[in-house]
This record gives sequence, structure tokens and C-alpha cells, in this order.
Amino acid sequence: MTIIINLMTSFIAAAAFGVIFNAPKKSLLQCGFVGMFGWLIYISLVNHNHDAVLASLIAAIFISAISQVFAKIYRTPIIIFSVAGIIPLVPGGIAYDAMRNFVENDYNMAIQLAARAFMISGAIAVGLVISEVIYQLIMKARLKLKKA
Amino acid sequence: MENKYPQTFEVIELCLLAGKIMLQCGAETYRVEDTMTRIAAALGIPNSHSYVTPTGIVFSTDDTNPAKLIRISERTTDLYKVTLVNGVSRKVSSGEMTREQAFLKLKEIENANYTFPIYQQILAASIASACFMVMFQGEWNNFIPALITGGVGFTSFIFLHRVVQIKFFSEFIASFIIGILSILFIKAGLGTQLDKIIIGSVMPLVPGLLITNAVRDLMAGHLVSGLSKGAEAFLTAFAIGAGIAVVFSFLS
Repeated sequence: MTIIINLMTSFIAAAAFGVIFNAPKKSLLQCGFVGMFGWLIYISLVNHNHDAVLASLIAAIFISAISQVFAKIYRTPIIIFSVAGIIPLVPGGIAYDAMRNFVENDYNMAIQLAARAFMISGAIAVGLVISEVIYQLIMKARLKLKKA
Repeated sequence: MENKYPQTFEVIELCLLAGKIMLQCGAETYRVEDTMTRIAAALGIPNSHSYVTPTGIVFSTDDTNPAKLIRISERTTDLYKVTLVNGVSRKVSSGEMTREQAFLKLKEIENANYTFPIYQQILAASIASACFMVMFQGEWNNFIPALITGGVGFTSFIFLHRVVQIKFFSEFIASFIIGILSILFIKAGLGTQLDKIIIGSVMPLVPGLLITNAVRDLMAGHLVSGLSKGAEAFLTAFAIGAGIAVVFSFLS
């Protein structure tokens, strides 16, 4: 049941972000789908006691991969889909906790949380880049095959 | 040779216009450079150079022509326009569109307003806030407070940004308002989890697009624009955090 609720809310949230970023109306559903898929991977990994950093990395790789496919199919820039997918993963909650601890003068906790938020954003970024590199390698291999 | 130059100038104009629209609407730096080089190549300037930063574009042909500079002062997020310009550049490269047609089309795109109506954006922001609250394992009785605070926060951000030109200030005030409202909801007994309401409501302001673009630019070797976008993202996050922090320091 919680999984279904998570799927629904992440779909709606990602599509709503599509509206805020003014994505083309036709691609709003796909934005929602990418967001939902990424969140599904993330939340299932976290629920199986994997680290949030690892979960973000893997989710980001998959989000970027699907976005590449969608960008290819619908002939639009990839950024439309990848942004909608990434938004739920952004460590807003941890960054908030860090800020709150800073204000409450608990610097030890605050630095720990801030480092964690930094690690997660780094993981998301690395995930995006890994996926892009793999895509480029596949494309190059295909070009070579065509030529041969 | 004589009549080659005027045409080159028009091609440069076209490339700069395309680059300007894309950059203003939040495209990645490498995409802007790629689009401009492609258009130029398709229209007979194979060795053009472009230098794109978030605040300006320098474009030069590999020729004796002077380089042209264009200043970008206002940046928003409008992915629809990015898609449209991308389509135009594709058509120019494949030869379906002539230079004049492309220029007219780009002018039309530049002046048009394709954004969703404000009330729809606000609605989307409030729904997104409420959904995020649920996704971060909040309880359902906080749904309505998160919906309202998220909507009010986003609305105040949009309207403050129209009045005050400094983006960080409007973000600061918007998150301050979000903090105050959430505390009021808790005090009135309408919500139970202060943290979840605030995190959910802040999400529409979080610079997710900027962070993603910054890292992509850095990895693609656009160090200057990557770092400056990163700085913008950091300042935004800091403004949001500071707004909430001020509320908490009043509270404790």
C-alpha cells in the first residue's frame, strides 16, 4: 500500500514540476513517469537498508537512461525528462536538517548532515554522468558497426 | 568576396539569437554551444567559436570578422522554448528551413509567452509540496497544511521576484513566510510534523535544475559556467536555509 502511495505521489510531484519548469504539455506524462521510476528505485533500495548515497547513484543512472530513451523517441532535449526525475532525489530534507542544527548550535550534527547532503548530490551528479558516458559509448559502437 | 560578409553577419545574428533564447530559458551550456555551432555549420561557417557563460555569449567566426558579444541578464526556466529552438536548429541543419525562415521563427519564439498561467503554476507547486510531504514519510493529516504553505510560499516568491530584482532576497523571504506559516499551522493544531511540512513546502524553491546543470557543465569541461551555476545554486539553497533558520531562531 505504501508503495502505491509513493508511486502516485512521486508521479504527481514530478509532473507538477514539469508544469513549474514549463515543459511541453505533451511530455508532462513522461516527466511524471521518469520521476516515479526514479523514486521507485530509490525508495525500494532505501527500504532494503541500502545507503541513501548508493540508492541515489543507482536511481540517477536509471533516470538518465530512461531520459535518453525518451529524448530519442520524442526528439526533445534530454534535460526536460532528467530534471523532473532528479527533483525527488535532491536531498532537501537532509539539507534542511543540517540548517536547523546549525541554528540550534549543534555544529557537530550539522556538519555531519551537510556532508551527507553533499555526498548525495554528488552521487546524483555522478550517476547522470555515468549514464551519459555509457550512452556515448553505445552510440560510438553503433557508428562503428554501421561503417564496418 | 564582397557580398560574403553581409550574409555572414546575418548568420551570426541568427546563431546569437538562438543561443540567447536557449540560455535565458535554462538550457545546459554545452547544448547552447552545440546548437550555435551546428546552425553556423549548416549555413556555411564551418569553424565558428562560441564561448558561453551564464551571463553572456561571445561568438566569432574563424575569419577576419569581429566577434560579437551578447549579454544575458535575466534567466528563467522555460523548457518549452528550449525544445522549440532545438527543433529549429534541427531543421536548419537538415536544410528544411532557410536562414530567413529560421530567423523569423526564432523572433516569434523569443517574443511569445508559452508559460502555463500563473494560477496553474501555483496549483502545481502546492500539489507538488503536498506530495513531497507524503513521499518523505509525513502523515496524511499534514497534507492540507503542506498544500497551503507550499502554494503561499511559491506565490510570494513569484510576486516578490517581480518587485525586487534580487532573486536571493525573494527566496529568503518566501522561505521565511513558509516557516512562519508552518509554525502557525502547528500551533493551530492543524498539522503535527513541523519538519515534514517545511521540507515539502520548500521543495518548489529548491534549485534542482541548477545543481544538475552545474555538474553537467563541469563534467563537460565548461568550468567557468559550471562553477558560476554552482555558486548560484549554493546561494539559492543558502537563502532558503537562512529564511527557515531565522524563523527557528525566533522560536527557540
